[in-house]
Amino acid sequence: MNAYQELLDRVVKVRGIRGAMLVSEDDGLVVAESLSEGVDGAAVAALAASLTLRIRRAAASAGLQAPAVVQLRAERGALLTVPGGDGLLVVAVADREVDLGLARLELREAASRLLA
Amino acid sequence: MRAIEPWVAGPLQAFLDDSNARLTLLMTTAGQVIAQDGFTRSVDVMAASALGAGIIASLDALADVMGTGRYSAVLHQGSKQSLYLRAFDTPRGRWIGLVVFGSETSAGLVQVFFKDLAERIVADAPASQPAAAPLAATFEHELNASLRSLFGR
Repeated sequence: MNAYQELLDRVVKVRGIRGAMLVSEDDGLVVAESLSEGVDGAAVAALAASLTLRIRRAAASAGLQAPAVVQLRAERGALLTVPGGDGLLVVAVADREVDLGLARLELREAASRLLA
Repeated sequence: MRAIEPWVAGPLQAFLDDSNARLTLLMTTAGQVIAQDGFTRSVDVMAASALGAGIIASLDALADVMGTGRYSAVLHQGSKQSLYLRAFDTPRGRWIGLVVFGSETSAGLVQVFFKDLAERIVADAPASQPAAAPLAATFEHELNASLRSLFGR
């Protein structure tokens, strides 16, 4: 098992997280993934990278810093992305049972290990 | 956007709206053009369709040599523009999509939306006309007719 996979497997141990991925920020392609069945990794990666990029541009246009966490809450779950350095994003798909605070902490921990 | 097969226009327009692709070409594996968007000269369409079909044919041959099974897609990422070429099976035979895109979109988005396009084409394809291998004798005539239809001249 490579280091990326270990990192993602730690993220998906958080209760309620259905999958985690490392995604190339610029091209929206999956670098590594740990997903449960029913999550379309390629689609989530592409759309999450695009969303994060747009939010970052919006923040820059408003004179704000780049967001440390992007959190999208939906009726049946949430999508979280955290920049991991080297053009990578850590992305998690969570269901509504997730403890979002814990999920964010675990994602930021994963991102900081990527940056180390 | 121009389409020789009118039922392709809806799914293709949705792809164009979603993907932000700069150039898109749908063709058969024989290089016969089905639809295009973004090309302004028929000579470019002819060249792109012939080269795209040739690349997919080369990939099929390479897959045979390597014994790996079909490679269905090629992604070439350039510094300013990138190219995505994908073959997919339809009820009308095997088709190829050639997409050129820039920094206004991403390889991931193009692939995801192209998958949607291929699925819609498969779902919407009228099965009445079975795919026929093009005859050399009619190929040029069909190509010219297709190009007239695509460029309106």
